[in-house]
Amino acid sequence: MALHCGPQTWLQSYRLLSRARLPRYSPAPVRPLSEQASGKAAPSAGASETLGDHLIYTHEHLALKESLRKIIDTEINPHVDQWEAEGIFPAHHVFKVLGSAGFLGVNKPVEYGGLGLDFSYSMAVAEELGHIRCGGCPWPSGCKRTWPRPFGSEALKQEFLLPSIMGDKVACLGVSETGAGSDVSSIKTKAVRRGDDYVINGGKMWTTNGTQADWMCLLANTSEGPSHKNKSLICLPMNLPGTIKIGMWSSDTAEVFFDDVRVPCSHVIGQEGMGFTYQMLQFQEERLWAVANIMTTMEAVIQETIQYTSQRKIFSRPVLSHQAVHFRLAELSTEVELLRSLFYRAVVLFLKGNDVTKLASMAKLKGGRLAREVADSCLQFWGGMGYTSDVLVSRFYRDARLMSIGGGADEVMLGIICKYMDTLPKK
Amino acid sequence: MTGRVLVGVKRVIDYAVKIRVKPDQSGVVTDGVKHSMNPFCEIAVEEAVKMKEKKLIKEVVAVSCGPQQAQETIRTALAMGADRGIHVEVTGKDYENLGPLQVAKIFAALAKKEEAQLVILGKQAIDDDCNQTGQMTAALLDWPQGTFASEVTMEGDKLKVVREIDGGLETIKINIPAVLTADLRLNTPRYATLPNIMKAKKKKIANMKPADLSVDIVSRLEVLKVEEPPQREAGMKVETVEDLVAKLKEGGTI
Repeated sequence: MALHCGPQTWLQSYRLLSRARLPRYSPAPVRPLSEQASGKAAPSAGASETLGDHLIYTHEHLALKESLRKIIDTEINPHVDQWEAEGIFPAHHVFKVLGSAGFLGVNKPVEYGGLGLDFSYSMAVAEELGHIRCGGCPWPSGCKRTWPRPFGSEALKQEFLLPSIMGDKVACLGVSETGAGSDVSSIKTKAVRRGDDYVINGGKMWTTNGTQADWMCLLANTSEGPSHKNKSLICLPMNLPGTIKIGMWSSDTAEVFFDDVRVPCSHVIGQEGMGFTYQMLQFQEERLWAVANIMTTMEAVIQETIQYTSQRKIFSRPVLSHQAVHFRLAELSTEVELLRSLFYRAVVLFLKGNDVTKLASMAKLKGGRLAREVADSCLQFWGGMGYTSDVLVSRFYRDARLMSIGGGADEVMLGIICKYMDTLPKK
Repeated sequence: MTGRVLVGVKRVIDYAVKIRVKPDQSGVVTDGVKHSMNPFCEIAVEEAVKMKEKKLIKEVVAVSCGPQQAQETIRTALAMGADRGIHVEVTGKDYENLGPLQVAKIFAALAKKEEAQLVILGKQAIDDDCNQTGQMTAALLDWPQGTFASEVTMEGDKLKVVREIDGGLETIKINIPAVLTADLRLNTPRYATLPNIMKAKKKKIANMKPADLSVDIVSRLEVLKVEEPPQREAGMKVETVEDLVAKLKEGGTI
């Protein structure tokens, strides 16, 4: 979880997940029971989650969400304020807690420590992680990336995929560079073949968890030729000679430099030259993940705003009693529900094997924009308090802004939608 | 002891929810409100599962009395490690009037039917705060009881129980079979991990009605009214002890 988010590629980092280790018994994580069991007020106890006629979630999904919520409430949220102040969070500890409880790699193969469940379970996890009280940084699963299955050798999966799923190794994603963000094809980092190794030169920017990561899923140019066909994904341990990490702006988003870093050629995931294509394959899931996450946080922000404004008085009435306020919150809530419907529709179609690129891109576009609106309107209603750094709304205002930039900027989403609408200018 | 443990798990309104009284003052609003397992019941389940892991007992059976939704609570217990569940179906008015005495009768009947060696319950439920079911169950079974347990150990064929009491801690030794009620510091319940949640799907939950156990659940109590506690008045600060005494006299308190 990078807390003082500068722009980060937490969405890109969402891709790489690999660690295959045979599941073995690990002591079940415990959580402390508060003394004041009946007196404590949890942050978003408002919206109750009952099964009813849910479109895609079953009892197991809800049980999953409840359990994950408990972990978030006991192991993560109590520390968020401190982590914000320090500008870093203990990635290994947090990922281990989540990994031990089985929440990383929910839809990864069982033989690599995953649960082999379908995408709807990943989405349940994504939604629930939105309860982390750190705005747009729902990444205690930091670099939860979808390992481009079934690619990657068995050895690679054992060394990288399995430990990441178990929470023992922290991964980060190395795609963006100082000169290349949205335009992935123009990255400059090179991996040149020398004997049985690649020698890597270049650098990556915006790598979430970069300073703490054990390994990086690196996209680099491995040959000459068309920019869509000359890149490969490489599993790069982060402790090799020649790797220099620089943390930025007191966040755990690092700039990483590679100065003749050698890594065995066997570390390429899948085929050389296919890196760009593998990336493209994951986009739908990545974007839907981001949407799942932001919906929960938006709801939490709206609920907290309702609570605050119902108590805060202005001109002898609660702020909430002014029509401008409760009407606006109703509008925002309506839009969140609309986004949710689009999201579930995309997920259902995806589960049935359809290509949902257009819907997923639309949802991501809307999610990013709506998050800005929700943050902006709600912060206004908090008045001066909203401008302080220790309330959720101000954190959200700062952090959620990223959604329209990272993981595929709004403009990229628009381009994709236009492609499907066939409205792009002909070449 | 290689016997069977019955653990009672109650579905209650989640501890974090703001409770609202129904406008007709007949009870509290439960529709659409988040419910979960009573925190003390979680501790009871954890203790039972731990005993099984230590091979002190063979099987953990989670029991809940209530409507269809009580099965969710049983499933949580299964996800924590219970082996199977029993759902005693009680609905509608019967459920609204279900109290410790009725539940104790059901548990006593089940303990006999299942030939349980141990019944573990939470010390009280956070909705009614009765703190009666465990004690009544023991009385109906004529079994010893270790209530407010903060530590339980097997010593030969007896149970050593450390109890939290007003004066401090009391240690007792009781015979088995027995009834225990779990207090806060007995253990820290585990998270239901996702693999266990999925495994719990395959575990069995048996269904039955109180009549199947020949238990009469008619209540002898009638709830007349449920009200909110009085609104807290604002306090006031005083500068000196004399002021304090004067204000108290003014208010008629002294």
